[in-house]
Amino acid sequence: MAEVLLDLQGVSLAFGGLRALEGVSFQVPGGIIKAVIGPNGAGKTTLFHLITGFLTPQQGRIFFRGEEIQGKPPHVIASRGIARTFQLVELFDHMTVLENVMVGRHRLSRAGLLASALRLPWTRREETEIMQKAWGALEFVGLADWARQPAAVLPLGLKRLLEIARALASEPELLLLDEPASGLDVHETERLGEMILALKDQGLTIILVEHDMSLTMEVAQEIAVLNYGKLIAEGPPRAIQRHPEVIAAYLGSDWQ
Amino acid sequence: MLTGLLNRWLLLALTCLAALVTIDNDYYLSLLNFIGIHTLLVVGLNLLMGYAGQISLGHAAFYGLGAYTSGILTTTYGVNPWLALLLGLAVGSLTAFVIGIPALKLRGYYLAMATLGFGIIVYIVLNEAQSWTGGPSGLSGIPSFSLAGLALDTPRRLFALIWLMVGLILALSANLVDSRLGRALRALHDSENAAASLGVNTGRLKLIIFVWSALYAALAGSLYAHTLNFIAPGSFGFMFSIKLVTMVVVGGMASIWGSLLGAAVLTILPELLVVFHDLEVVIFGAILMVVMIFMPRGLVRGILDIWEQQKRWRQGRLSTGGRSAS
Repeated sequence: MAEVLLDLQGVSLAFGGLRALEGVSFQVPGGIIKAVIGPNGAGKTTLFHLITGFLTPQQGRIFFRGEEIQGKPPHVIASRGIARTFQLVELFDHMTVLENVMVGRHRLSRAGLLASALRLPWTRREETEIMQKAWGALEFVGLADWARQPAAVLPLGLKRLLEIARALASEPELLLLDEPASGLDVHETERLGEMILALKDQGLTIILVEHDMSLTMEVAQEIAVLNYGKLIAEGPPRAIQRHPEVIAAYLGSDWQ
Repeated sequence: MLTGLLNRWLLLALTCLAALVTIDNDYYLSLLNFIGIHTLLVVGLNLLMGYAGQISLGHAAFYGLGAYTSGILTTTYGVNPWLALLLGLAVGSLTAFVIGIPALKLRGYYLAMATLGFGIIVYIVLNEAQSWTGGPSGLSGIPSFSLAGLALDTPRRLFALIWLMVGLILALSANLVDSRLGRALRALHDSENAAASLGVNTGRLKLIIFVWSALYAALAGSLYAHTLNFIAPGSFGFMFSIKLVTMVVVGGMASIWGSLLGAAVLTILPELLVVFHDLEVVIFGAILMVVMIFMPRGLVRGILDIWEQQKRWRQGRLSTGGRSAS
């Protein structure tokens, strides 16, 4: 198996008396799609916030490419190569679709205040490159026709795609998708699935939080199941589908 | 797009030249000079408010710091006005840096309150530190700039200096907003979380733009001191901070050229309204209300919207007219 890209060791976080996550440990090998599933309130989004630095674990450690990243600010973690989308879409509404994706190039470009204000020759070359890469990402998700529109006017399904394009523009090694299929219709979800698999083929590692089980089972190689903040099962999709604790968590223990 | 942009710069340069050649009235030239100084302030505040979304209600304080640094250094210590201007920039930006570190951790109304407090403190210091600042009666006898032996002490000469600065600052600002950093600023305004998730160091960026806009204000302050040759605390109080915010909003948030228009309109308007004597303030307020109700995105976009509407309306009439004729 490929080397471990992300390694969570005993990660815990409580909000007051509510234990959002309790001693969660799992690993994500490079180049796979790993899904994290679980009922509402199981701690999936909290887990994403911990990995991307929006929250700091009270216990445990998180390693990315062998380096500890827990507690580092979001922009530092982003600059190491972890990109994410948001469960409640967070676009730059007043900017165009293209500009949204151009912000994704931030970590890979370097024009500062003075260089930008003076528009030094090298910043123009950098702008050209930013523009080209942003177009590439837009074309990949099929939003090139919308490039000059303000992001706010997109329908929800396209907004989710734009978030993905924006994240991809930052050329991450690890991409975290937080319920990318919610609010999408059947066709859009199908296209999303193909896109996620295409990204995996390009060598990207993906962690997917998703409620759409058919999408999850179709694309994921490994699934981790959270329930009330604890990891209750981990394995390939088929094993997870038959796992008694998972069935109990989803359907209630009285079932059978 | 590029030609459109070029045209704007050409238009600005030609207008300035035309004003310089044709206007032979010191009052009008002085008025234009104040519009220029206000434009510097408003562009800076617009970068902070309109683009980055950070509200400052104490911007007049940085203006005052620039003015008083220039004033005190030249009158009390005999420093060269140009050097005093540079030191004014240093004082303004350093103060913004120190104030910005804690203040920018606050968001929205809290940042507004913190900068408001700062503005009031500076105003009080300007009034109370009489041995330095001359107190409420102000500081007079501030020397003018001079260039190669030529004193810039007439409105006409000052016009050249001030509007050269305005052109420079407008160019720098237009470049800035249309760059990697400018996009990061606007991104920060819309979603701080998403910006951070893409590697934008939001705290640092806010501090950078705060200091940068204070730099514009300090520049304006120093120019003001050497233009008027007299300064008093009244010009740098809370009311002026509010007036600057109004200029930003009337001109148009996140609009560099709107800043120029906002500064011009709100500098000229009170002069025109003087004929109404006591009613001046009431009419001023009423005009602001009307502009904000009918053009909430500011004058520049408001006028553009109306123009587009007219065009569409005319085109619509043409096309229906054509159909009935065929």
